[in-house]
Amino acid sequence: MVASSPGNNSAVLRWAGLVLVGLTLLALPFALAGVGTAWVRITNLAILFIFLSLGLNIVVGYAGLLDLGYIAFYAVGAYAYALLASPHFGLHLPFWAILPIGAAVACLFGVLLGAPTLKLRGDYLAIVTLGFGEIIRIFLNNLSSPFNITAGPQGITLIDPVRVGAITFGRTDIFVGLVFSGPVKYYYLLLLLLLAVIVINIRLQHSRIGRAWEAIREDEIAARACGINTRNIKLLAFAMGASFGGVAGGMFSAIQGFISPESFVLVESIMVLSMVVLGGMGNIWGVIAGALLLSFVPEILRYTVEPVQRAVFGRMLVEPEVIRMLLFGLALVLMMRFRPAGLFPSRLRRRELTQET
Amino acid sequence: MAEVLLEARGLTKRFGGVTALSDVSFTILRGEIYGLIGPNGAGKTSLFNVLTGIYAPNAGSMSFEGRPLDRLTPDRVADRGIARTFQNLRLFGNLPALENVMIGRHVRTRSGVFGAILRTGPTRREEADIARRARELLEYVGIQRRADMLAKNLSYGEQRRLEIARALATEPRLLALDEPAAGMNATERAALTRIMESIRERGITILLIEHDVKLVMGLCDRVAVLHYGVKIAEDVPEVVQRDPKVIEAYIGGSPA
Amino acid sequence: MDIFLQQIINGLTLGAVYAIVALGYTMVYGIIQLINFAHGEVVMIGAMTALTVIAGLAGSGVPPLVIVLAGVLAAVPVCMAVGYGLERVAYRPLRHAPRLSPLITAIGMSIVLQHVAMMVWSRNFLAFPQIFPNPVFFVGGAAITGVQITIIVLSLLIMGALTAVVFRTRLGTAMRATAENPEVARLMGIDCDRVIALTFIIGAGLAAVAGVMVGSYYGIAHYTMGFVLGLKAFSAAVLGGIGNIAGAMLGGFLLGLVEALGAGYIGDLTNLCHLPWQPDLVAARCAADGHLVLFGSNYQDVFAFLVLIGVLMFRPEGLLGERVGQRA
Repeated sequence: MVASSPGNNSAVLRWAGLVLVGLTLLALPFALAGVGTAWVRITNLAILFIFLSLGLNIVVGYAGLLDLGYIAFYAVGAYAYALLASPHFGLHLPFWAILPIGAAVACLFGVLLGAPTLKLRGDYLAIVTLGFGEIIRIFLNNLSSPFNITAGPQGITLIDPVRVGAITFGRTDIFVGLVFSGPVKYYYLLLLLLLAVIVINIRLQHSRIGRAWEAIREDEIAARACGINTRNIKLLAFAMGASFGGVAGGMFSAIQGFISPESFVLVESIMVLSMVVLGGMGNIWGVIAGALLLSFVPEILRYTVEPVQRAVFGRMLVEPEVIRMLLFGLALVLMMRFRPAGLFPSRLRRRELTQET
Repeated sequence: MAEVLLEARGLTKRFGGVTALSDVSFTILRGEIYGLIGPNGAGKTSLFNVLTGIYAPNAGSMSFEGRPLDRLTPDRVADRGIARTFQNLRLFGNLPALENVMIGRHVRTRSGVFGAILRTGPTRREEADIARRARELLEYVGIQRRADMLAKNLSYGEQRRLEIARALATEPRLLALDEPAAGMNATERAALTRIMESIRERGITILLIEHDVKLVMGLCDRVAVLHYGVKIAEDVPEVVQRDPKVIEAYIGGSPA
Repeated sequence: MDIFLQQIINGLTLGAVYAIVALGYTMVYGIIQLINFAHGEVVMIGAMTALTVIAGLAGSGVPPLVIVLAGVLAAVPVCMAVGYGLERVAYRPLRHAPRLSPLITAIGMSIVLQHVAMMVWSRNFLAFPQIFPNPVFFVGGAAITGVQITIIVLSLLIMGALTAVVFRTRLGTAMRATAENPEVARLMGIDCDRVIALTFIIGAGLAAVAGVMVGSYYGIAHYTMGFVLGLKAFSAAVLGGIGNIAGAMLGGFLLGLVEALGAGYIGDLTNLCHLPWQPDLVAARCAADGHLVLFGSNYQDVFAFLVLIGVLMFRPEGLLGERVGQRA
């Protein structure tokens, strides 16, 4: 992509805008904490879902491979963290050591899954990845006997919070008169990681590898004729996507302090897919918007639907959880039908829409 | 005698009970434009697909620049220096024209994931070089003004030229064009002919499948004729044109 | 008790259900190359509808046979309506969209159907009313129940009837023609849209019967029951060769047998106490318990996926099908 050289004014404006966004993001947790600490936690989870969506976006959006078992990599990262930093095995590795391990293990699983299946046609690949996700979940549920590896359905508790030097993320600290609760600290850590993830995504997209992914998505035969080793490049997409999932999983473990297989069911995979589809496959900012939308709207509904229903009907008719799931399902159906490029089509796609007669 | 660039011996390709290619042998010399003609269903595109590794032949062997070309995957074939276009156009429709050509540079460049993430010096230099050469190629085929347009929104003739630019980006020694003039008007055809001549002047050998016999006869150094998967003639255009077997094939007899 | 024979009987019962569901996948795939991901939910809706009717009529003095028939007769049209609705709303508008679009839509519909069902039938496990006495017969040391016999016999009858429809009727001919080449079929005066819709409707009708079968076999129904069942039936269709009707039947029974025998024997096979040489840790546990099983029957659900992955990797065309799973 070639940006036309912006004038001085617009450059200043852009910087001003960035600074403004930055300041807002920095002040956000305090504003949210004013409403309720729950909202800081919700925001943190939303950021984790942005990680996941951006990771899945590499696989689905760039390379065009429909992965329905993506949450398995999240699970692998989460369990890697939990097993290496909890009383379960008595291991307590520091987070900066585990996070890369989690990413690497998830990446390995990505390659293990991808190597035999990537030659399959798209819809078959989708079903196989779905099966893979289920297999991982079944193993997590059952690997508690005869040797207790995953603690089965009870899950793993007392997972170490992140510690960096003297700062423990689980605790509340007061610093220059501001209250930094655990979730607020995690928010800043996640924000930092998110920045890195976004930069990595943008750089990958506008690179030789990113273009190769898009080429495969657009036309695999032509991609091969251009000398692209489609098998390796697809595997790379799987591995990269899985690594992102692994990192997100590790952070999830640390933040929650408790994980169980229940957090890694198929519906979660579909949720992430909905976020990618809603925002616009292949479009980083769209995907982020999609993840934010589908993270926050259900939460807002949770806090509004119940009182509204009680006020209007005198009782609860539709649980917020159901509304949440209907939202995901309908997002997939309606987007494919009416806006396949997503709610927020990239500039490229928008140009394409205006060009068409 | 000029140096042999590509040699194929006894290529045979069957699909179920249909024999698309039957014991086809030919040689292409470095620097020439070699035409391949034949009625519909004669096996021309099948030959292309065997040559570029999309199909594995049932029998026969190929060598390119003296090295065997058999059982290579399409990406390895591209790496060896054979680029192609497709009869029905296979562009990356939702990507800008420039990026289409940049993807063609894939096989001649090396940057990986880590280079991209860290944006290292070599990666940045390579990236700049990729973009520069892609622009040059767009200019070469005369569609530099379409660089930022999505490939699918280009006119038909422009798409054909874009596909040639993408193929040239792989730095081929042999450029295989599958009916590049199909659907073009007379002006576009003339422009295409000039491009092909200039490609040859750059030292790139061309293998050309074409329906338009007049275009082939005017441009090619040598022409082979396929009919029902069998090579029935091969010579300079003037001789092939007068070959009774060829005339028979085009007028519509069945194979003997 | 003869475990082997018992697992064969259980496997055939399960397989009969898989086969009936797999037919729905395979017919739709055969005709428009679409994985109707929401097919499993149709099975669930069939089970739920029948359960509602049967529970409502139970104890009303109506003869049990009539009650069950009423349940099936209610489930079939409901499921057919759902199947038709799926095709019209979710798939037909996307028939010319990129391949993955209808699959994504199908997943969305699956989630929607599940949660609508949850709103209607609650999130609890519902007991399938036992209105028939379920006699148990003993054959060579294994038990077979009346329900199992009914399921197996009924499924064979349905398969026979379906085969007759596909290969002996005008509709069947139209279906096969549309599957072969929709363009040509259209030129021959076949209303492809109608044929495709009918395929969905027939598949959904079968799903309804399968839903009643699986509900009465396990005695419970739940709004998520269709999902894994659907996946397994899809695996069965792939195993037999997707798009191939006989393949779906064969694949269904085979998968049922694999699962039953796998669940029956995996515990024994992975019992570390059978190892000729045992490390101290293992030996100590074996001395205490007598068994140290690596993978028990709780891994039953894994077999279907392993079969699916294995078939797609090594024989993507399935046992009876043409080569479809891989790119050309």
